[in-house]
Amino acid sequence: MSALLELKNITKRFPGVVANDKVSLEVYPGEVLALLGENGAGKSTLVSILYGLYRPDEGEIWVEGRPVRIASPMDALRLGIGLVPQHPTLVGRHTVAENLALGIGSPLWPAQRIGPLVERIAQGYGLQIDPRAPVFQLSPGEKQRVEIVRALLRGAKVLILDEPTSVLTPQEAEALFRVMRELRAAGKSLIFISHKLEEVLSIADRCTVLRRGRVVGSLLREEASKPRLAELMVGRSVSFERKRQSAALGEVVLEVDGLRARSSRNLPALQGVSFRLHRGEILGLAGVAGNGQSELVEVLAGLRSIEAGAVRLLGQPLPPSPARLFDLGVAHIPEDRIQMGTVPSMNVAENLALRTFDRPPWARGGLLNPRAFEEEARRQVQAYAIATPSLRTPSRLLSGGNIQKVILARELAGQPQLILAVHPTYGLDIGATEQVHRVLLEKTQQGSAVLLVSEDLEELLSLSDRIGVLYRGALQGPFAVEEVSREAIGLWMTGGVA
Amino acid sequence: MDDWGCGVRLEPLANASPGRVLGVTLAALGLAFVLVGAVFVAYGQNPLEVYRLMLSGTLLDAKGWQEILRRSIPLLLIGVGLTLAFRTQFYNIGAEGQLLLGAVLAAGVALFLPLPAPLSLPAMALAGALGGALWCGLAAWLRLRFSVNEILSTLMLNYVAQSLVIFLINGPWRGKDVRGYIYSDRFAEYQQIPVWAGSSVHWPTLLLGVLLALVLQFVLFRTTLGFRMRIVGENPGAARYLGIAQGRVLLLLALITGGMAGLAGVGEIAGIHHRLIEPSQLSSGYGFTAIIVAWLARGHPALVLLTAPLMGLVLAGGDLLKVSLNMPFRIVDIFSGVILFCLIGSELFLRYRVRWGR
Ligand SMILES: Nc1ncnc2c1ncn2[C@@H]1O[C@H](COP(=O)(O)OP(=O)(O)OP(=O)(O)O)[C@@H](O)[C@H]1O
Ligand SMILES: [Mg+2]
Repeated sequence: MSALLELKNITKRFPGVVANDKVSLEVYPGEVLALLGENGAGKSTLVSILYGLYRPDEGEIWVEGRPVRIASPMDALRLGIGLVPQHPTLVGRHTVAENLALGIGSPLWPAQRIGPLVERIAQGYGLQIDPRAPVFQLSPGEKQRVEIVRALLRGAKVLILDEPTSVLTPQEAEALFRVMRELRAAGKSLIFISHKLEEVLSIADRCTVLRRGRVVGSLLREEASKPRLAELMVGRSVSFERKRQSAALGEVVLEVDGLRARSSRNLPALQGVSFRLHRGEILGLAGVAGNGQSELVEVLAGLRSIEAGAVRLLGQPLPPSPARLFDLGVAHIPEDRIQMGTVPSMNVAENLALRTFDRPPWARGGLLNPRAFEEEARRQVQAYAIATPSLRTPSRLLSGGNIQKVILARELAGQPQLILAVHPTYGLDIGATEQVHRVLLEKTQQGSAVLLVSEDLEELLSLSDRIGVLYRGALQGPFAVEEVSREAIGLWMTGGVA
Repeated sequence: MDDWGCGVRLEPLANASPGRVLGVTLAALGLAFVLVGAVFVAYGQNPLEVYRLMLSGTLLDAKGWQEILRRSIPLLLIGVGLTLAFRTQFYNIGAEGQLLLGAVLAAGVALFLPLPAPLSLPAMALAGALGGALWCGLAAWLRLRFSVNEILSTLMLNYVAQSLVIFLINGPWRGKDVRGYIYSDRFAEYQQIPVWAGSSVHWPTLLLGVLLALVLQFVLFRTTLGFRMRIVGENPGAARYLGIAQGRVLLLLALITGGMAGLAGVGEIAGIHHRLIEPSQLSSGYGFTAIIVAWLARGHPALVLLTAPLMGLVLAGGDLLKVSLNMPFRIVDIFSGVILFCLIGSELFLRYRVRWGR
């Protein structure tokens, strides 16, 4: 069979890095090609080139046996290449149908006329969407389905998904895989980027691994295994064994009693949550997104007011100020790394010092010391292997995973009493994930208490001492991790009774 | 991004280099001069001739230089303040009103506060800064307390300030020797800012402006206060996450910005007019022209040292056209408007790279 899409020696340079270095690969009809690689390996850059967002410095793209120029997303769509972006680009106030009609609908009543077509496509591939629903009400998974339908509506034969599962719950991810299998069966080709090897092994037909912009290997599904892929990606073997040995629990660090709080839309979000968190303990918090996890963490980080109930940190009432909390030893790895965790226009050194810029050695008597910024940053960049062209690069130019590393390096510096970790390994490659897990465990050994919010059950089960499940603002548990089963957690997450 | 069907496309640019910023800015200015040249043609003038006149009458002429400097002083003071404000996403477009209020308070001190002579000018300067600061602070307070958009409130406060000046010099502060025009009494000799011999360049104000530009540049990039300002301005979400008191930073910033505009007002009345006069003569739109000055400086207070004289040149040149070519004074507004328009349009080229061909 001849290749549907071929990349030949694609090279793309950015100031200070070669993001893609003579990358060649083929995509055949009816297959799922997984694109793997460490943070900053050049995956997003490569698909941006395919979708016409960047132009390669060198190399050729061939579609159906002919060389093509892809100068814009319009060109890409004309050639049958569609992209499902990691962060949806839909208009929130408009309905699904209106969004889908953008750019392709007829000038008059575009949304109505497109309706039947949408339904045919959606049903054909098992994509459940309601064309009349306004987009802002949709879950991340639903938005992603809308993006997929949009690409298909425009006749995509090759569908690119850039880290589609990092924003999805495990259930939503499962649904996505079902859709992907349907699409494959219908002869479409899919390019799939993910850091989660289980997912890759369950869905991909072939895996291509990038390292520092170069293709370092291509494996068929049969040849691929977790250790093999990991080694190709990182260049060394990676340990997947990270069961924690239970540490002796220390004193209580955090006491939460009958906590109630409201969401930003002023709806009750936490309905009487109580738990204790001890020194040396990792408490895992499971739950489908939107069941109060964000609000709970925000209360504990001093970002949301308490409606009723009590929260005590080391026996004292919680001060309602994030800065005071940080001084008391509360580290916060936030859910949103762009809007909250970093200042994208500031450089790496400055972002690493966001918490501490006003104290020595970064500043003395109100005056900043640029030398200290650089020195401290150099240490942290090294410790966390942050891939950045320089310390003066604005953080928005880093790859997704490396932005996350900047936040981790900053928040986990020193010896926090309490670590609020929300999706701490979101978007990280396996090497970095392993490192973050190790650091979290080390910190607990040294006496930190960790509240770990994650949608990755694997991560929760392997790291936590106890696990609680939030459903509609009420907490089930926490239970000792040896005493709960995966199934029970899954049931609680959807409101069932185990 | 999108194909325009004629082989032109835009490629997102992650980071515009300083060289690119300079190039694009110069190109925008160049385009503005071409467009305004078209207006000159419509007036039946040869644009090259007009520009030659503008340049030779300003840059090649001692009097012209003085004129540029005189115009640059208020632009410098206001522009530096606005650079900070825009950087922190506080869109103060009421510098005109803040200038007027600074003038009103300074005039009030000069006319009615019996002070020992050496204290009089410093007191006027302080009062003027305070007036501008409070006028701007009011808008900041409205935004913090009631979420009133500062673009609207500062704009509206301009009109209030204008009416206040007119009311004062027409009523309670009306001068004894007024005929025709309205204005207040003249300030005493010791209440006037010294000027360079034979010109109206009140150099102490100029010096103060230069100093403040450098100081604020330092504050912004080398102090913890400046670091805080940048965080608040560049990512309010992160400021909240870090627990930075955004309200306080914003208020402080508004006070600084307004205070600088107030000082500009003091300079105008104590350095040039020596009395409180009608708003349109007192300022001739410095508060608005300074918006361009600040925009051109792109967040760097020290760069205002270059951009203020540039717009000072445009204003001085415009005056010249009015006098020697009999053009309406509004020609200067056209100039400013077209320049601002081209600059804002040129932002596109900082965010995207244009690729020709396919
Ligand atoms: N617009 C840009 N300007 C400059 N450098 C860039 C730009 N986009 C990406 N880079 C750099 O190119 C390299 C590859 O980035 P890319 O986003 O493709 O990585 P990735 O493989 O998608 O990583 P991740 O898994 O973390 O998302 C990184 O070093 C990044 O800093
Ligand atoms: Mg990426």
